[in-house]
Amino acid sequence: MNFLQNPLFLDLAVLALGLLLLLLEAFDDEREKSFLGWIAIGGIGLVFVLSFFVDPQIYLGVNQFFKSDSLAIFYKRLALGTTLLVLIMALEFRPILSRYIPAAGKNAGLGEFFALPVFTCLGLMWMASAADFVMIFVSLELVTISFYVLISYMRRSAASLEAGVKYLILAALSTGFFVYGITWIFGVTHQTNLYYIGVSLKDLAPANETALLFGMALVLVGLGFKIASAPFQMWVPDVYQGAPTPITAFLSVGSKAAGFVVLYRVLEVFLNVPATAGKLALVLTGLAFLTLIIGNLAAMPQTNFKRLLAYSSIAHAGYLLVALASWKSGNTPITLSYYLAGYFLMTILAFLITIVVNKATGGDDIAHFNGLGQRAPFLAFGMTVAMLSLAGMPFTAGFLGKFLVFSDAVESGQWLLVGTGVLTVAAGFYYYLKVVRAMYWNVAKNTAAIPASALTKATVGVLVGLILLVGVYPQPVLNMFR
Amino acid sequence: MLHLLIAIPILAAIAILLGLCARKTALLATALNLALTLVLVFQYDRQPGAEQYQHVSSFLLAPEWGLSFHLGVDGLSLLMLLLTALVAFAAIWVAPQPEKLERYPSLYYACLMFIVAGATGAFASLDLFFFYAFHELALIPTFLLIGIWGSGDRLVAAWKITIYLALGSFVLLIGLLALYLSLPEAARTFDIVKLQEMAMSGGIPQTPQTPWIYLCILLGFGILISLFPFHTWAPSAYASAPAPAAMLHAGVLKKFGLYGLLRVALPLMPQAAHHWTNLLLFLLAGNILYVGLATIAQKRLDTMLGYSSVMHMGYIFLGIAAFNPLGLTGAALLMFAHGLSIAALFALAGAVRERTGSLEFAKHGGLAKPMPFLGFTFGLAAFASIGLPGFGNFAAELPIFFGAFGHAGVGLAFTNTQIATIVALWGVVISAVYMLRGYRAAFLGETDKRWTSLPDLCSCTRPAILLLLAVLLFAGFRPQYFVNLVTPTIKAVLAVPAK
Repeated sequence: MNFLQNPLFLDLAVLALGLLLLLLEAFDDEREKSFLGWIAIGGIGLVFVLSFFVDPQIYLGVNQFFKSDSLAIFYKRLALGTTLLVLIMALEFRPILSRYIPAAGKNAGLGEFFALPVFTCLGLMWMASAADFVMIFVSLELVTISFYVLISYMRRSAASLEAGVKYLILAALSTGFFVYGITWIFGVTHQTNLYYIGVSLKDLAPANETALLFGMALVLVGLGFKIASAPFQMWVPDVYQGAPTPITAFLSVGSKAAGFVVLYRVLEVFLNVPATAGKLALVLTGLAFLTLIIGNLAAMPQTNFKRLLAYSSIAHAGYLLVALASWKSGNTPITLSYYLAGYFLMTILAFLITIVVNKATGGDDIAHFNGLGQRAPFLAFGMTVAMLSLAGMPFTAGFLGKFLVFSDAVESGQWLLVGTGVLTVAAGFYYYLKVVRAMYWNVAKNTAAIPASALTKATVGVLVGLILLVGVYPQPVLNMFR
Repeated sequence: MLHLLIAIPILAAIAILLGLCARKTALLATALNLALTLVLVFQYDRQPGAEQYQHVSSFLLAPEWGLSFHLGVDGLSLLMLLLTALVAFAAIWVAPQPEKLERYPSLYYACLMFIVAGATGAFASLDLFFFYAFHELALIPTFLLIGIWGSGDRLVAAWKITIYLALGSFVLLIGLLALYLSLPEAARTFDIVKLQEMAMSGGIPQTPQTPWIYLCILLGFGILISLFPFHTWAPSAYASAPAPAAMLHAGVLKKFGLYGLLRVALPLMPQAAHHWTNLLLFLLAGNILYVGLATIAQKRLDTMLGYSSVMHMGYIFLGIAAFNPLGLTGAALLMFAHGLSIAALFALAGAVRERTGSLEFAKHGGLAKPMPFLGFTFGLAAFASIGLPGFGNFAAELPIFFGAFGHAGVGLAFTNTQIATIVALWGVVISAVYMLRGYRAAFLGETDKRWTSLPDLCSCTRPAILLLLAVLLFAGFRPQYFVNLVTPTIKAVLAVPAK
């Protein structure tokens, strides 16, 4: 088989790129560090393009621990796309970053900010393929550990350090839950591989059912942390607010998408077995209900934009959990993936514009967006599209995602979640439009135009175009699952 | 042709945002739209046996979901498109000059054009998805128009209308989704024409859930139409909105829900519609009596007009509840006539506010003396709104009452529909009371010294008002022209077997 068509090639290429960046950073100390960013962007972009030429395969490797089906490839593309845009944001964010880093020279300590996201990306891609609890654990740790560093990257900012510590402690705790859950499941089934767990569940002794459910519940706690589902959402607002903005975007999109694909792969095994399916579906319904309520209600009074997006990220986890709770084998992965693809576009767009506004106004409260309609009409338009898409306005990607979620929920008769969802969508209109209100209704004291680099403007344009295109013409995304 | 009708306002909005002269572009676009709509109305083949839907075009977007961009018109949608084009043209005409707007002058016109595009798209779509989506397109422009350029308590009003309508739309969406999913899996489609054919041949299964699906759709549309008790968003929003926005929203967008009931809910689920007739009768009586009395109590011209537009929805609901040819035809006509009359009233009230800075009855009085033209045309529009013979509203309300009262029961006892009709007839008295009181308070009596030198409506905006009134008069004297247009549609709605 042609080497380029082998799906494993993608992961290896990203690994090589990360190592190359570290080497360059170590041995080429003189140069302006943003060239690392450009190399990373180029490399990730190249891998993204190449991902369209690989052949999906169901399983790879010994003992079927590595899956490369079209779903995995889709999530790898999502991870690559997210990383690409995070790197673009990192370039834009550099001036703010160096303000908070004690350094001898102007370049010191910036190089890793471009190298580490590439390793995170590798972890996310691995998560998309992992089909064995050991693999899931290793890839999850790769992601989490690189986030430990990235979140507390702004060493002189107390908020960033606080965010880092909070993430460190709670992520470690959740990892503990996760491993403990795996051991219980291993104890019952004598397997770590998801496929073989599924096989052995077919003749599960009734006496073992409780043990299995206990293990599954612990695994759900661990993964619930990753996807920011209630009641494991405590860390989200503080970490999102304190972390450097590109990293917040990375957490909110990359980490969540990969978390959901892992959750999907794990649940797929357990929801196809009648013994566990009923109880598990009940738990998922409860989680979805709680997450919808907490995320949306807590978002309403927020005044800081990054905190608002943190709660919005919880709220969207709620809608995605609704899709999981309304399980239907063929539909669920498509609904999840479509929703996450739209979520990726609009959230990244919102964070990108936040960085530009932060550079000009010195903060990321909603009040800092006052009068943006006059100061930067194009950015304000882009932000409006992002907010409307997050709220679920037709003709945007966000609407079609919600449409699919509600369609699944209605079809499987989840009326509690449908009713809650309708109310929370209305609540969503309130807090997303608060930003639109700030941009157009309110007047800023300073009315000087806000400059944005050509790269940023082009990225905003492309993202807006994609949000509208995917919102009207869904077929290209759907084709990726054939 | 229909593509052009939708594309023109959108392109105009984009061109305005990119810096083209706002007012000229918008006027040109709406004039073009009006001309195109008139051509469509004249071209529409009304012969018996002609296709119901004409100018049909379809572009497949997602075959797996049965989703396509499907456009086409029949008599009912043409009537609504004509209303949209007329009101849009008048609204742009009476809109203030861009120089007079403090902030974002081009955004103001772009927002109006987006509302026009949304309404046009909704009325021209034959696919449930786009029918729904186009209506939502108008939501955010309305939010911005009220929020940025509104008056009075604009913040509250803008939030209220936006959240209420978003909620209503999602309730509606759930209903439509449930309807879609209640179909057999192979037959699932969003195509309204196919759905109607299925309903004719009994292909839409009647399950115990069907009435609840209908209720969901009825309430969803009801919130958008300001059905009692979900009407509270309307008066405050219309009172605060700038005149062109109020004209477009009260005149055109609110008719979307009624159009949806006639286009989707009634023909696809007639049995479920009968199931909820009593509920609808009760709610519409609330619209007419409760809201009617609340209208009398208003102390400001703008809130009075807002409440009156809520109240008049009750008559249209009555026509729909009657569910016979007379009632439905009357409902369709009243949608058209009410849209024109309320648009004229809001335009004139906006002109009064512009001149006196307030719309409180206590501060006004005798305004007709310095502004005879404004006073005269306001009087005409108010009479039309009450339902005086000679105007379209009368020609529409009459068949509604006859149609609804025609629901005779067994023996001498009145049916619920007849009781509701008797209640609704009192609404005519109520409208006369508040409209005449309002007119007297604002335009008749002693003229305050402050107002003696007010300029009358400028001769350049007069044609817009006259256009609306002329069409109203035409509809009053020649209702047959419009009745012929909608009869095939009404027949198709009623042809669906209810059992």
